[in-house]
Amino acid sequence: MNAENQSPDVDFDVIVVGAGVAGCVTAYQLAVKGHSVLLAERGPKPGSKNLSGGVFYCSVMKEVMPEFEAEAPIERRVTRNCLSFLSPTSFVNLDYRDERLAQNGTAVTVLRAKLDDWLATKCEDVGVTLMPGIKVDGLLKDADRIVGIKAGDDTLRSHVVVAADGVNSFLCRDAGIRATEPTNHLAVGVKSVIRLPREVIEERFNLNGDEGAAYAVVGDCTNGVGGGGFLYTNIDSISIGVVLRLDDLVERGESSSDLHDRFLSNPAIAPFLKGGELLEYGSHLVAEGGRAMVHDLTRPGLVVVGDAAGLTLNTGLTLRGMDLAAGSGIVAAKTIDTALQQGDFSQASLDAYTAELDATFVGQDMRTYAKAPDFFLNPRMYGDYGRLLSDVLYGVYNLDMKPRRHLLPMVMAALKESPVKAMQLARDAYAAVRAL
Amino acid sequence: MNTNQFGTVTERLDRNHYETDVEQSHITVDQAAARAADAGPLLVRICPAHVYSIQADGTIGVMAAACLECGACLAVAPPGVLSWRYPRSGMGITYREG
Repeated sequence: MNAENQSPDVDFDVIVVGAGVAGCVTAYQLAVKGHSVLLAERGPKPGSKNLSGGVFYCSVMKEVMPEFEAEAPIERRVTRNCLSFLSPTSFVNLDYRDERLAQNGTAVTVLRAKLDDWLATKCEDVGVTLMPGIKVDGLLKDADRIVGIKAGDDTLRSHVVVAADGVNSFLCRDAGIRATEPTNHLAVGVKSVIRLPREVIEERFNLNGDEGAAYAVVGDCTNGVGGGGFLYTNIDSISIGVVLRLDDLVERGESSSDLHDRFLSNPAIAPFLKGGELLEYGSHLVAEGGRAMVHDLTRPGLVVVGDAAGLTLNTGLTLRGMDLAAGSGIVAAKTIDTALQQGDFSQASLDAYTAELDATFVGQDMRTYAKAPDFFLNPRMYGDYGRLLSDVLYGVYNLDMKPRRHLLPMVMAALKESPVKAMQLARDAYAAVRAL
Repeated sequence: MNTNQFGTVTERLDRNHYETDVEQSHITVDQAAARAADAGPLLVRICPAHVYSIQADGTIGVMAAACLECGACLAVAPPGVLSWRYPRSGMGITYREG
């Protein structure tokens, strides 16, 4: 803490609530610039309340901590990306492996209990006051301005509060930024971490050394519920689970834990996990609304970052949150630094954050994929297309002594059997091109 | 119900680490509102940790100690049925993997 920089009327220049990726990056950048920062975390240890699927597109971290790639508790570097269509009887994979991915190290698998704890330690190294085990109950307000936080009977004052308190952000609710989110903007992720010896993982997933694999699975893994399955390799464990859109889960009468179990016991998936030992079973909400879910990002004295700001993206091929969290943290710290220098914590001053964020990769990608959530509302994505694909491939590979047909007539025949109509296929393909 | 090679949900939750708050529950159900909205079956199947159950008398039971703190129940519950906050400081699930 830089006591000499501290104004007498506040306990800290900035209070950051939530020691996830967004909170840690914001706190770190502000402390580096010499400001006094409190990082409040409700878990007994940073990361102990956090859960992610597990792939971090971490190039953005080079801007914050050049040592990230070398020192952070990274599990594996993702060199194999699989997009998979699952049906009860088939498993169709687009399997993409590339050594260039290993060299760049742009995507790594992580376990948040380990990563966030490390990030918070780095924050402490640059002078951030870390306070774990503190649940922030609400915001301290002075007329329309946010001037600190309330935790139990205690209050702490600051010039700016940063809401980095995740997808459920009670601080955003308190600030009147969001009420109940529509359920089609949210999904529940249910995940198991399964321990397996590292040699077994490398053999089973065709990996060398610290290479890793990431599977995005659609189709039968959710029994038709909007969402998908994922499987990521860690050093000596596998993170596996399903993400289920809440509106569809409510409507279809399915159970979240049953769908998780169903995915893990699918005959195409179970062999990956065979002989493994369950380390942890967890769940987390996922913001799936894309740009439509990003509400106001500021109030006088308040800046919202990461999941709390609704910054996640499902592009079908990639699921992103942590990189957007880090990106928002960088911009938030820059805006708050300027505000602290000028002593101006008004809405107008902090709104520079919204404008600047919009110009970075975070805002640009949120715009680029603005149509993606609507595209994924299409139920044909979660059943019909997987079956269609496997029917075509079955026709190719099942040489049953009947004369073969060319691929196109075979596709047309499979389409005729499928509930999907040719016009729908064409329309969906066009929508995919526009949205993804 | 599906089972997998890793046991039932309850058996799996046993592998997690929790700091159980024995003094107060962070979840409360307004039973009258829940009955009016028939919210029981919805809460039972949404929650991945099986926190909610339907009791013999038709009320909704809450096993708050099992909560994974995802917030899915709060997101889908009909208005007025659920009071759901995070557990008190230092309490609840402690993810060791995440």
